[in-house]
Amino acid sequence: MIALTDAFVNGETLCRFCAQEGILLSEAMIRREIAMGEMTRDEIWEEMRKNLLVMREAIRRGLEEHVESVSHLSGGEAMQLFRYAKYNPFSGPNTCRACASAMAVVEVNAAMGQIVAAPTAGASGILPGVLLECGIDRNWNDEQLIQGLFCAGAVGLLFAQNATISGAEGGCQAETGVGSAMAAAALVELSGGTPEQSLDASAMTIKNIMGLVCDPVAGLVECPCIKRNALGAANALLCADMTLCGITSLIPFDEVVAAMLAVGRDIRREYRETAMGGLATTPTGKAVAEKVHRFQEYQRTNHSR
Amino acid sequence: MESFSVFEIVGPRMTGPSSSHTAGAAKIALLARRIINRPIREVRFTLYGSFAETGRGHGTDKALVAGILGFAQDDPRIPNAYDYAKEQGVLVNVIMSDEPTRHPNTVKIEACGDDDSWTEVMGESIGGGNILITEIDGLAVELTGDYPTMIIRHHDQPGVIAEVSHVLAQMRVNIAFMRVFRHGRGEDAYMCIETDTEVTEGMQTIILQLCRSIRQLIVV
Repeated sequence: MIALTDAFVNGETLCRFCAQEGILLSEAMIRREIAMGEMTRDEIWEEMRKNLLVMREAIRRGLEEHVESVSHLSGGEAMQLFRYAKYNPFSGPNTCRACASAMAVVEVNAAMGQIVAAPTAGASGILPGVLLECGIDRNWNDEQLIQGLFCAGAVGLLFAQNATISGAEGGCQAETGVGSAMAAAALVELSGGTPEQSLDASAMTIKNIMGLVCDPVAGLVECPCIKRNALGAANALLCADMTLCGITSLIPFDEVVAAMLAVGRDIRREYRETAMGGLATTPTGKAVAEKVHRFQEYQRTNHSR
Repeated sequence: MESFSVFEIVGPRMTGPSSSHTAGAAKIALLARRIINRPIREVRFTLYGSFAETGRGHGTDKALVAGILGFAQDDPRIPNAYDYAKEQGVLVNVIMSDEPTRHPNTVKIEACGDDDSWTEVMGESIGGGNILITEIDGLAVELTGDYPTMIIRHHDQPGVIAEVSHVLAQMRVNIAFMRVFRHGRGEDAYMCIETDTEVTEGMQTIILQLCRSIRQLIVV
């Protein structure tokens, strides 16, 4: 007999708890939140609805308005990809639109718009991009989408507790990687998959990008973050499909989480959000950083009063 | 590791682009505003470490201005915070410092109230939008803003802490965390009490009148 308080120790225990109670990951997540004692079930559900609405609005804004980041480095590419989706793209129209939606959110984020961290601001596009685009495609209603967000939360929580969801600690795999893992799990649950299958899909997304470094140009959440959210969306869709057709992960979820943490710790500091390596220190990366810095100095002299 | 809420994983809702450099900065300034606790006429922000290096691109300065004006971390007005400051007649100064600090994302907030006196608050953005207020007017503290918090300035003498906690017990207010700090023996001392439920105005009046050594009570 597993108690609710022990259910989220790791993936295996959580799956056994779900089987024991006859529930899905989303319901386990909700029960744990109720047990924390701050909110009732209805309040928790409505709080998540607020997140869904902010996600939807961020996608709409990124795809319809001309957003531009504070640094002027990014904006408008999500819209470009979304429009291209109808011209027989290699990745398929649905994947193309989900990736564009993911980019839209992170472009809005860079333009100081409203977003929902999932699990972080830098990875905020993957979960809404994938979930909302597939929702349109499959006619999922808002209650189903909210269920999906709770399922995603359960997976993210396992990573937060047993590894890390911070790029400064574990590199990009901890941010966009976990974002993909969360999204894939939600797709699987909403498609009738079991908790084990959700976690298998999550495990596969992480395996695909294990060791991905965090090397933001000029230290900003723009390049390569925006396009890595697009990749994260495609990764989530693919791993959900692999799981739903019956493919399993050779390495179990909990072992993948442990490996991700170990790899994250081995990633040198230069590649963990410090902008001291990777793309950030390429000749172009450095030139862009210098330009952004000069622009900031210019703004500073004009703003300070 | 500590236990997360689902809304720390799918959430928080925030104004971009960075949970530490934007949302955290707004949270620090908002908490500082509650500590300062009077209309602000002028404010000076000194940014250190990574705040100073990449702050402008992350809108850290705008988020700080927004927080000091009372806007929350998900407020859509953050990008235009300078305009709102001008409108409200709050004088803003931002200084980028290259002095080393304990934590990479640190800010010093010096604010002048309508009474012409200055208050200095030091804050750190410790990741994922979580923050810590580490200093108030030169005194080391540790405030997260996650719980209702009461800061009591009092004269350092025996029994004061016992009296305050006794009153809270009588009012059935549970203390979640409590820390005491002082400048030196027999001098100014501070109690930082984080509680599970709000300390009402009635309770505050009672605590203030408890004994003469209690000089000031701030609810954050």
